[in-house]
Amino acid sequence: MDNASFIIQQLINAIFLGSIFSLIALGYTMVYGIIELINFAHGELFTAGAFIGIIVLGALQNIGFVETHFVLTLILVFGMAMAYVAVLGVAIEQVAYKPLRKASRLAAILSALGMSIFLSNGMMLSQGVSDRAYPAILGMEGFSIIDARITYGQVFIIVLSLVLMVALNMFVNWTKLGKAMRATAQNQTMARMLGIDIDRTIRVTFMIGPALGAAAGVMVGLYYGSVRFDMGFIYMIKAFAAAILGGIGSIPGAVLGGMIIGGVEVLWSAFLPSEWKDVTTFVVLILVLYFRPSGILGEHVSESRV
Amino acid sequence: MAKSDFKKFIIYALFLGLLILPMVGFPGRSFETARAFTIWGGIVGILVLWLLNKTVRRSGMYQRTSAHLAPFRNTVLRKISKFPTKYYILALLIAVTAYPLLANNYMIDVGITCLIYIVLGLGLNIVVGLAGLLDLGYIAFYAVGAYSYSLLNLHFGISFWLSLPIGMLIGAIFGCIIGYPTLRMRGDYLAIVTMGFGEIIRLVLNNWDELTQGPNGLLGMAKPAIIYPGFTEGGLSWVVYSLKSLHALYYLMFIIAVLTVIGVRRLDNSRIGRAWVAIREDEVAAELSGVPTVWLKLLAYAMGAAFASVVGAFFAAKLSYTNPNFFIFMESCIVLCIVVLGGVGSIPGIILAGIILIAVPEVFRELQNYRMLAFGLAMAAMMVLRPEGLIPASRRKREFHETDQFAPEDLKDGG
Amino acid sequence: MAVKALILELEDVHTYYGNIHALKGVSCSIPSGDIACLIGANGAGKTTTLLTIFGVQRARRGKIKFKGRPIHHLRPEQVAAQGISQTPEGRQIFPRMTTLENLEMGAYLRRDKAAVADDMEWVFGLFPVLKDRTHQLGGTLSGGEQQMLAIGRAMMSRPELLLLDEPSLGLAPKLVERIFETILEINKKGVTIFLVEQNAHMALSISNTGYVMETGQIVLTDSAASLLKNEKVKKAYLGE
Repeated sequence: MDNASFIIQQLINAIFLGSIFSLIALGYTMVYGIIELINFAHGELFTAGAFIGIIVLGALQNIGFVETHFVLTLILVFGMAMAYVAVLGVAIEQVAYKPLRKASRLAAILSALGMSIFLSNGMMLSQGVSDRAYPAILGMEGFSIIDARITYGQVFIIVLSLVLMVALNMFVNWTKLGKAMRATAQNQTMARMLGIDIDRTIRVTFMIGPALGAAAGVMVGLYYGSVRFDMGFIYMIKAFAAAILGGIGSIPGAVLGGMIIGGVEVLWSAFLPSEWKDVTTFVVLILVLYFRPSGILGEHVSESRV
Repeated sequence: MAKSDFKKFIIYALFLGLLILPMVGFPGRSFETARAFTIWGGIVGILVLWLLNKTVRRSGMYQRTSAHLAPFRNTVLRKISKFPTKYYILALLIAVTAYPLLANNYMIDVGITCLIYIVLGLGLNIVVGLAGLLDLGYIAFYAVGAYSYSLLNLHFGISFWLSLPIGMLIGAIFGCIIGYPTLRMRGDYLAIVTMGFGEIIRLVLNNWDELTQGPNGLLGMAKPAIIYPGFTEGGLSWVVYSLKSLHALYYLMFIIAVLTVIGVRRLDNSRIGRAWVAIREDEVAAELSGVPTVWLKLLAYAMGAAFASVVGAFFAAKLSYTNPNFFIFMESCIVLCIVVLGGVGSIPGIILAGIILIAVPEVFRELQNYRMLAFGLAMAAMMVLRPEGLIPASRRKREFHETDQFAPEDLKDGG
Repeated sequence: MAVKALILELEDVHTYYGNIHALKGVSCSIPSGDIACLIGANGAGKTTTLLTIFGVQRARRGKIKFKGRPIHHLRPEQVAAQGISQTPEGRQIFPRMTTLENLEMGAYLRRDKAAVADDMEWVFGLFPVLKDRTHQLGGTLSGGEQQMLAIGRAMMSRPELLLLDEPSLGLAPKLVERIFETILEINKKGVTIFLVEQNAHMALSISNTGYVMETGQIVLTDSAASLLKNEKVKKAYLGE
């Protein structure tokens, strides 16, 4: 493959991977922005989305729906996965995070961790220990740009990610509830003094953030062909690195961070031994947290909790 | 029954059904009605119990019975608290010492595992409980200890006892390396970074084949051996008694555990321990008062790592085998669970939690699969309901509730 | 003389920060339409008083009534819904939202879009410089502009009672004058003002009633005019 094609191919892969990381990172950043808590359970929410996707898809396949109504199938699969995880997200918030809003940081982190363990084991017990195969409905057809190859499946995923991110941006900047979310994230007490019901705002955040993660989960399942109860862990780390890199709490930052991490991973895989790939992610994460915890687009992160 | 409680019950039951039925009902392509509804039914059953509990509480029956029993309960409590702690400890020591004589090999092995996790919990307690640094990668030090002994023994023939101090030193160094970047970090970031380090070490052990044999692990380390002078045909010479039997290993681990408990207690009551409390409560104030926070935090990591290294070496020696998969993130979580559930900073609590979390699933084999599920739920539930843990350390109880607007005593006056 | 209805009453309010007894039995009553001010040194408890009224801090003992109805047990968002607004200490502008968005947040509880647009025009009329900064991020505004925005935002909910916490803090004298003129204008519209200030002179000069607070207690209550002539007040707070 000549140089131009190679570059284009890497670019395609990077944007593809970056889109997925961005969607997951958005979930982290929105939750952290509003309640300053790292939702350790987010990786499990991503996995849950993948599982619901496969369940819905399987059910639809049983009744022969997929071939006849392909577009509707995709809508149902994504829609139901996102809806389910939105409910799950709120449930977790109500049970494990809301009661600890005034408690110490340690308690909140441990509760989140506990929920993460609970969910991943719950999925293991209910869905089995081994991989579950995703029906390959996206297919392998695609087209070529010079010698670089892009499948229709990749195009779909990239476009859907873009649509979701634009929708989120519109919601957060143009709707009353979206602005209330931003206000709550910036100054919770002042938001309350203006009459904003922060419990509701936080609930909505826990619906949207996880839903985006769920969409990413379905995408990963559709593209890579399988889902496992513990696949959330490594995606969680990478998405978290992306969110931090871009500036935790910043929505454009999450997207930027996701693209950068996607790019780094693609470039690494192209040139360097792949078994050390994950170590690199961790190292990048630690370096970012050490040298610039506020990230690229983030605000200055204060040392203490005000 | 209060209408609002009943409404809540219905809502919870429906939402839980919505969440549980799809996941549980579709392990394959078709809906397994029986399995799904049984599990949901079980959850609803628990909710019914919750509803009953709330109803009974509202009717005041608990308060009335409590009032009746109060004098009796108070006398019992007074009698118990008068009983010197020494007798409890003595009874415990006798029980633990006598245990291997009464149990079969399998149970002794479970006992050893319990002790290992208890020591790990106590070590992590130094970092999390005493110094207040959330470490999610603690198991890495355990791994360092295990691999240190393995490599020293396999490549240089160094005995178990000699490699212990070397292992502790290596562990302490790793502790400082991991601790250093986290010195200025807040709770959440600290957790992530330590988790990251834990995973990095595991991945390095898994991928650096030349040094560690990668995923195959290291095999063939010698068991710990005691050398003592004795009489043989040639006269006075050294007798090597290799600790191969489970009984011997059990007692060795027991001694390590006892030393750890003594060590941690000493630390807790020392100047260092009090300085750690100061850092935990208000780091800025501590620094302004002249407490050397940097050095103390590193010390906490180093000491916690040292304890883990010792157990790690023991673990490798006992099995004569070690493997990176023994040191996955979930193990760090288990140790953290033990510390949290037992009560952060509480030595008796951690011992109790270790026994419960490790021994109970072994005794009730069918529950094995649900072990981590229960751990996770228990951890979240504990934080919400009883963050001090099962047996709270007396300092900690006040700490966890200090953000409550009212001190408990005030509520008695009617606010 | 007709007795005006009391819009705000505090009866023996005690507030604690943990174990620190910050407000030790604060009582006051403000007639509707008046301007009342609370003066005192730093740390006397003035801000705590305003926060307690708004429910951000809970009163452990005592009652707070708004238009005769008890509000001391209400959460801040509920207090806002009663018709009370506050420009808190430090202005608390949403830094990454524009001037326009900050004002929109002020009108969060309202549903009458047309009237909200009118009120926004009124605010821009009151503070023309804000109009130039409509789409600028709140965090980039100067101190004076932020104070104007805070007042404007507070007015967007059409409150009956406006609480102001140290509006003159850190502002140049000319700006301070302008702010106090604005406060008078707002009061003429029928909004009752409860003003907490370190700048005692300015505060008393526009108020009907004054309260002097020291270490969590109100030590002096009188008409503002009398307080201006009071020897103790003059020595302690008016620098004379």
